[in-house]
Amino acid sequence: MTYLYYPGCSLEGSAREYDISTRSALKALDVTLMDIPDWTCCGASAAASVSTLLSLVLPARNLALAEAIPGADDILAPCSACYLNLKKAEVQARDESERSRLNAVLEVENLRISGRMRVRHLLDVLSRDIGADRIREKVTAPLSGKRIAPYYGCQCLRPYRVFDDPERPVSMNALIEATGAQVFSWNMGAVCCGASNMSTHAAVGTSLTTAILKAAKGADAIVTVCPMCQMNLEAYQDGISQSCQDNLRIPVMYLPQLLGLAFGLPRADIRLDLNLSEAGAFAAGPAQAER
Amino acid sequence: MKDTENVQMTEALAPIQDMVRACIQCGTCSASCPNAFAMTDTPRRLWRMLQAGETQAVLNSETFALCSACYSCTLRCPRGLPLTDAMNALKQVVARKDALRFASGTLFYRNFMESVRRHGRVRETEFMYLYLMAMKNPLLPFRFAPLGLKLFSRKKLDFRLPSGGDARMDALFHKVRELENTP
Repeated sequence: MTYLYYPGCSLEGSAREYDISTRSALKALDVTLMDIPDWTCCGASAAASVSTLLSLVLPARNLALAEAIPGADDILAPCSACYLNLKKAEVQARDESERSRLNAVLEVENLRISGRMRVRHLLDVLSRDIGADRIREKVTAPLSGKRIAPYYGCQCLRPYRVFDDPERPVSMNALIEATGAQVFSWNMGAVCCGASNMSTHAAVGTSLTTAILKAAKGADAIVTVCPMCQMNLEAYQDGISQSCQDNLRIPVMYLPQLLGLAFGLPRADIRLDLNLSEAGAFAAGPAQAER
Repeated sequence: MKDTENVQMTEALAPIQDMVRACIQCGTCSASCPNAFAMTDTPRRLWRMLQAGETQAVLNSETFALCSACYSCTLRCPRGLPLTDAMNALKQVVARKDALRFASGTLFYRNFMESVRRHGRVRETEFMYLYLMAMKNPLLPFRFAPLGLKLFSRKKLDFRLPSGGDARMDALFHKVRELENTP
């Protein structure tokens, strides 16, 4: 199995551990990732608030770069915002007039998009291409007794209905169970984390994050598949706990970090020390199933 | 608002008005919106204001500035309307109008894109620096200080100084602007 790999800007910065653990977990699962040389920003949530055309051109540029690489038809994106932006460009480029509009811009860089590439989210690839059975085969350190709250966020599920139910997602359940852990049952998995409101309208963003952290009480960890969700859920736990007068601190980690733990990968391949929440405590501490 | 400005803004809102023309005011969007609790005008009311051509009321509303692009409304809209796209389009209108009232969102996005124009990829630390400078609020950086400290202790802050970069995306950004200005 070979995929073109689009890490996106966050995975080079604040979400480095997502990049590291994605590469190592997929390697353990015998998946080959090919880097796209010279990839650039997908536009994030910023471009669409500035210019619609720019918000399509930026991801289209990366699709065009990927098309030039033979050997794979799927681009794998671990970041949900990158995934959605690339997916939007993929969908737009299916329309001929839209495609020629994009190409009119890409021309300035001698690039062209034909619409050959299929954009895939990491969770899509893990749940449908690889599957729980192959993951179970690789588990050497089962996470028995741990209760894991699956958090999907928004943009890997909506608006495009691709690999899971966009309102009641379940794709992570089988993967979590394959690691030997239990799925913590809650209904916050597909509820917005506050996204950039956390920076631009802090009070509003915080109230969404607070509701999610409250609902996660009783779980041993929250697992995410998006750097923005991860940041919002883990970075503000101290302040939120203080203002709620309730200890809402909980380890938050990326799905491939959880897989890496179950695969018994070395610490350098998982880098729980880079997480802003006390994710390291999850790996070290005893299961809290009896709590 | 001056008359000429009002006409300009009404024109700018026309394509967005088209996006929601088929809205039947069922309110599914408002019920689905995780941020509706913080809005003076719910999404459903905003669409009605657009339909009725209430330009001033639309621009005075903070509704679209609070949209976190979760796509719940778009997914559930029984008319299949691109509601999240409409929210984004409204953000674009005020970004162009340079409405100071929306500075926190507008400048956030604009400075993000500035870092991308310079380097091709966003440099998170540079972008936050540009944003905080542009906001001209001496207290705002302190709100981000605890986060900055956490990132610093995990060596996640990028200490390359803000720079003009190689402006590698200039041609692309320029071409987009050119095409957008030709009707």
